[in-house]
Amino acid sequence: MLEPVETSRRDAPLDGPMISLRDLRVSYGGREILHGINFDVQRGETMVILGGSGSGKSTLLRTLVGLELPTAGEVWIEGKNFAAISNAARDEIRKKIGMSFQGGALFGSMTVGENVALPLREHTKLEDSTIDIMVRLKLDQVGLSGFEQFFPSQLSGGMKKRAAVARALAMDPEILFFDEPSAGLDPIIAAGIDQLILELKKAFHMTIIVVTHELASAFLIADRMVLINKGDVVALGTVQELQGSTHPKVRQFMDRVPEPAVAQELDYLQMLTESQPKPGQGSQGKSR
Amino acid sequence: MELAQKVGGSVLKTLAYVGSLTTLGGRAAYYTFIGPFQGKPIRWQRTVAQAMEAGVRALPILSLITFFIGLILALQSAYELKRFGAMNYVASAVAISMTRELGPLITAIVVIGRSGSALAAEIAKLKVTEEIDALETMAINPIHFLVTPKFIAMILMLPCLTIWANTMGIMGGSLFGVWQADFTWAGYVSASLDALFLRDVITGLLKSVMFGMTITAVGCQEGLTTGGGAEEVGHSTTRAVVVSIFMVVLVDLVFTTLFFFLGGK
Repeated sequence: MLEPVETSRRDAPLDGPMISLRDLRVSYGGREILHGINFDVQRGETMVILGGSGSGKSTLLRTLVGLELPTAGEVWIEGKNFAAISNAARDEIRKKIGMSFQGGALFGSMTVGENVALPLREHTKLEDSTIDIMVRLKLDQVGLSGFEQFFPSQLSGGMKKRAAVARALAMDPEILFFDEPSAGLDPIIAAGIDQLILELKKAFHMTIIVVTHELASAFLIADRMVLINKGDVVALGTVQELQGSTHPKVRQFMDRVPEPAVAQELDYLQMLTESQPKPGQGSQGKSR
Repeated sequence: MELAQKVGGSVLKTLAYVGSLTTLGGRAAYYTFIGPFQGKPIRWQRTVAQAMEAGVRALPILSLITFFIGLILALQSAYELKRFGAMNYVASAVAISMTRELGPLITAIVVIGRSGSALAAEIAKLKVTEEIDALETMAINPIHFLVTPKFIAMILMLPCLTIWANTMGIMGGSLFGVWQADFTWAGYVSASLDALFLRDVITGLLKSVMFGMTITAVGCQEGLTTGGGAEEVGHSTTRAVVVSIFMVVLVDLVFTTLFFFLGGK
């Protein structure tokens, strides 16, 4: 389905990381969400940002694409301090970024084809016929050929995500961001999305950043992973490194161990249920 | 002391809100008047679609309402004028009150009900489903893409609708005039036109432009500042309608006062 495309920028010398975070701090309404995040993402690398609910991973992603501004620290993308440059310069970098939102965020008033065509119509002077061909190509890449005339409301959850990926790919981005790509999908469809990410990685050597809490998906697609907990980087490394880590927070996340307070509540519930006769046992005995 | 604090707090909040409306209006004005010369063309397709929705599709209900308002005005003024044997003043009473005040105001209220609520709901929904974020990550400015076409459409449509509303109001009045006050159709219309100064019409239309800006700014602001979740979309819509009606009346008061003092000398 995917053909590798060789362009000049793929051959560009690999000078320094694609994305670099330096002591990144982000606050919401006076409360600090991210407390000084530092890590680099290399060119062509797939970095998975792991973290539980409320860990700050979504805020981190929003800051990376410029939807939130850091209160302190720096976000370097392609050698430019993304947070400190003018809006016009930021928009220039954004044209090299593709983002696939959790719910797809496709425009409901436009067809799938129009959605994919939108960035091309906005930022290029291409003829309509050329745009149509590119739209077909992008939809083909994500396995949605022939769905140009459908409205997002007529698509299933998995198809919406694929259409969103097609839109993110429209401008041939250098960096692709995914927010919870498998959230709300059944395991088979979710595996299909993982497969799509792997294919994109293989074919285009894009820098891919995925925010997720799905471990199976993360292990499959990641080159490196970073675990965020309560706004701090807990661990950073390859899949094997994180799997073999003895850090208590990493182990807790990897082994799916609940927080102590929750564990105590579970023990209490278990204690209560064990002290009662098991449901159905008594009545079954009588009926026989 | 606590009361003073509360009053001060709400005054500050109101000022901040009016400030945010002005900022939004200013940015839309930039994309309307300056943007096109800097390679950011106006989206005429979206503007026309919006104008159709907010303007043309409002005509039937607006016609009916303003026709009735004209008739009611004639009835109410005839009630008093009859005592002085001055029924022939019905035409001027209706014409002046429609063009100066009720035409623009009723039009604004109908547009708030139809379109102010709709655009707040539309933008709030886009915000909740991350579509506005998606625009930003695609380097497409949401104010340019979404808000500006609505501003242009409303600013163009409100005066047009107001002229239509004035006409329908006078028509409503003429029904009473012919039926009860011994006017002929032509006589009623010419009496109405005689009673009107160009100034009355123009001040009414100027107000309607201001109303158009107010309704769009409030609707878009409420939509853009909506919180997460579907129920927040509902809240934003309600707030947009209530705040728009209040702001339109406030703008009306300010401009009527202004016109009174400017034209009084």
